[in-house]
Amino acid sequence: MKRAWNPYLAGALAGVLMILSVAIAGKYFGASTTFARGAATIEQTVGVDTSRYEYFTTKGGKYGPGSLPNWQLLFVVGIALGGLGASLASGTFEVKRVPDMWAARFGDRPLWRNLAAFAGGIVLIIGARLAGGCPSGHGLSGLSQLAVSGFVALAFFFGGGWVTARLLYGKGGER
Amino acid sequence: MMSLLYGLVSGILFGVLLQRAEVLRYDRQVGALRLMDMTIFKFMLTAIMVASVGIYFLKDMGIVSLSLKATGFGAQIVGGTLFGIGWGLLGYCPGTAGGALGEGRLDAAWGLLGMLAGGAVYAAIYPALKATVLGLGNVGKVTLPQVMGVSHWVVIVAMIVLFLGAFRVFEKKGL
Repeated sequence: MKRAWNPYLAGALAGVLMILSVAIAGKYFGASTTFARGAATIEQTVGVDTSRYEYFTTKGGKYGPGSLPNWQLLFVVGIALGGLGASLASGTFEVKRVPDMWAARFGDRPLWRNLAAFAGGIVLIIGARLAGGCPSGHGLSGLSQLAVSGFVALAFFFGGGWVTARLLYGKGGER
Repeated sequence: MMSLLYGLVSGILFGVLLQRAEVLRYDRQVGALRLMDMTIFKFMLTAIMVASVGIYFLKDMGIVSLSLKATGFGAQIVGGTLFGIGWGLLGYCPGTAGGALGEGRLDAAWGLLGMLAGGAVYAAIYPALKATVLGLGNVGKVTLPQVMGVSHWVVIVAMIVLFLGAFRVFEKKGL
């Protein structure tokens, strides 16, 4: 069971899942908006007046603190639960502080890795909200609908990522 | 709320597929950005191929409707690039970070915290972005077949041929 599933087969099943989600629940896959809504909800909870922020009040409070819980939050939570369940069931669950590829290049100190992950998370959500989606919303859902926005966004997601990976790891692809 | 249940169930199933195809892993995500390991693209592009056929078939039958994101070249080029930079640093995306934490990757937790912080930062800088980048090159909710003036099936077939060609290259080069 430890062996990975064929990515083409798993991807095709994910495609079927997307079709069912649209047909049954009327929902296209997406994830990044949940983090803006999560920020609004946390800010509200700790006493920040979120109505001062235009983004949290625009479109009838679509991104504001009252927008959770919703379909997408449960979708994102579900992915975490699915990852946990599948890794435990297949014997591939592994507590790891630093990914192998990172450790081979930058060493196995969690501090630098965690700082990079935190900074990356900040930049990535600013980019996703600006672009209007992430590889789920723009990539999977956008390209499945042949949206121009999806093709443009995915090209620049990859372009930005390729440049960054090259700056971090240098030229050449050794494992 | 049925919608919440649908979100949870589809998230769990999607999380299982992502985990078993090893798409959640940092080494696979950054491996793709370094052009060393195309696992995540095999998964993603296959899902898009299957979903595009199913969604447009159901749309032609009048069963589902599209949910397009507006195309804004400023937003998607600048936002897409920023997302890519963050993705290269973090090595997980908004959909997969939770799943990576689920399979025991603790650095993903820092990415998730960064994403929540990014949501707050985005809300704070939104007025400035709205006055600049978000106003550039907006062409509305358009699809590629609309722009090209051809049937969506022509574009779907062309996209499938293109993706299959890419898969052939991946397999030939052992990526």
